[in-house]
Amino acid sequence: MASALPQRKVSLPPEEKAQSSSKVPSQVSAVASAASQAEHPAPRGLRIDVHGAVVGFGDLAVLRRLELSIPPGQFLAVVGRSGCGKSTLLRLLAGLEQAAEGSVALGGAAASGLRPDVRVMFQDARLLPWKTVLDNVRIGVPGGDRAKALAALELVGLADRAKEWPSVLSGGQRQRVSLARALAAEPSLLLLDEPLGALDALTRIEMQSLIERLWQERRFTAVLVTHDVGEAVALADRVVLVENGTIAQDVDVALARPREKDGGFTHYENTILNRVLARLPPDASQTGFSI
Amino acid sequence: MSQTTSYKWLTRTCSILLEWAIPVLTVALWQWLGSMEWISSRILPTPAAVVQAGWSLVENGQLFTYIGDSTQRAFIGFAIGGGIGFALAILNGLLPLSEKLTDSSIQMIRTIPHLSLIPLIIAWFGIGEQGKVFLVALGVAFPIYLNTLHGIRSIDHGLIEMGRTYGLQGLALFRSIIFPGALPSILVGLRFSLGIMWITLIVSETISSDSGIGYMAMNAREFFQMDVVVLSIIIYALLGKLSDWMAKQMERSWLQWHPHFRKGK
Repeated sequence: MASALPQRKVSLPPEEKAQSSSKVPSQVSAVASAASQAEHPAPRGLRIDVHGAVVGFGDLAVLRRLELSIPPGQFLAVVGRSGCGKSTLLRLLAGLEQAAEGSVALGGAAASGLRPDVRVMFQDARLLPWKTVLDNVRIGVPGGDRAKALAALELVGLADRAKEWPSVLSGGQRQRVSLARALAAEPSLLLLDEPLGALDALTRIEMQSLIERLWQERRFTAVLVTHDVGEAVALADRVVLVENGTIAQDVDVALARPREKDGGFTHYENTILNRVLARLPPDASQTGFSI
Repeated sequence: MSQTTSYKWLTRTCSILLEWAIPVLTVALWQWLGSMEWISSRILPTPAAVVQAGWSLVENGQLFTYIGDSTQRAFIGFAIGGGIGFALAILNGLLPLSEKLTDSSIQMIRTIPHLSLIPLIIAWFGIGEQGKVFLVALGVAFPIYLNTLHGIRSIDHGLIEMGRTYGLQGLALFRSIIFPGALPSILVGLRFSLGIMWITLIVSETISSDSGIGYMAMNAREFFQMDVVVLSIIIYALLGKLSDWMAKQMERSWLQWHPHFRKGK
């Protein structure tokens, strides 16, 4: 599986990599993102502004006056306990739900319904079992151009499986096909609804670096919904915590890419996790006991 | 390479042998019992006598006319009834209003044994073609209707949602997601209704007809030609097997994506 993945193209020069392991990450990440932006054209991601959004099912309000702005090209992770409304937020951005109150603007214009430059990757790959891998990817290409679909399959390293049925692929391969389908038309916003939740740990790490690499190459805006705080910190520029239908915490993750599980990483992970679980940091609880 | 092909050939031959072992043994036993005169030829003629009767009917051309008449009735009725059942199921599967309007009426009509309508049909259509075609159509419509509707209902809603996020609507959504998703169930309905098609035809031809295999059987009974009676029963069995084989071929060529129907497994 690992050997099937294409080689990482974006990598940091050695001196930057050396810095990234030290604990002054904010500068480094600025350097790193500047470097990768110099390599690629200006971000073509969508800007997102959600203002006072209310979404409810019957009497139950799932999102309550939610405020969120995402600059173009940012990788945002949305974390929270199950049932907090994070998936509803994603469906709202996708145009699959409508806000009862408030507004959603994509790229400055008020959003209405589904858009061709917004793609969603679901938790289950949702491939059509009666279409071959290539034909599944062609759904994502306007006009169904074969060459474009094949190019998208090449991106995820599955061009050699183009003629097979989805039922013979592994879970990770199916998600890669689903990623190829989502990226085939070069979207400006990619919404990821716990796409790695059902994968095993190793496949998940591979998928994370694949998603990160493709995001770095293409500079679309990405919104990842996940319950795994580690995954959020590993991938995102910024992590927001959704609680009771509003944003309860907003953290900028100033770590250089590619990210390693070092002290800085653990710091962010713990900060967010403590907030999610509503528990005090260890040193604070110790002072509590000492009184 | 040649070893694997010869192995494949061997397993294929074995499976065909197993499939046909019981019918062949039954015919052999029947011939033996008949030729020993343990079974009277007035009750059950031997297979050889049946083949002889078949051959003479082939020679005077009657057999093919009868089979042709019956098959034509069967498939015209099937096309009409199947088409109506399919269209209604698509309509009711996709439009809740249409389902509310028609589903309970359809369920009521479905519970009537359609063969019980024969007296009424004879009164309406006489013994002409329309009556038999009508009965076959009525019989096959419901299995197709029920299974197609079930197929549409059981499509994973996530796939339809996925299609919508990729801009599939209307006919495109139907063609790439709804129809192929319902196809396994539709083909189950098709197999059911092919069975019902022959049963309905046999009964209606036996009761009122002036051509076809059922007529041939009833006519032969008048003159006590037991060999022809048995022949017509065997022809029905073969036609039934033939249509089942056709349905199986459809499953194999249209459901290749389904792990259950994949070739060579």
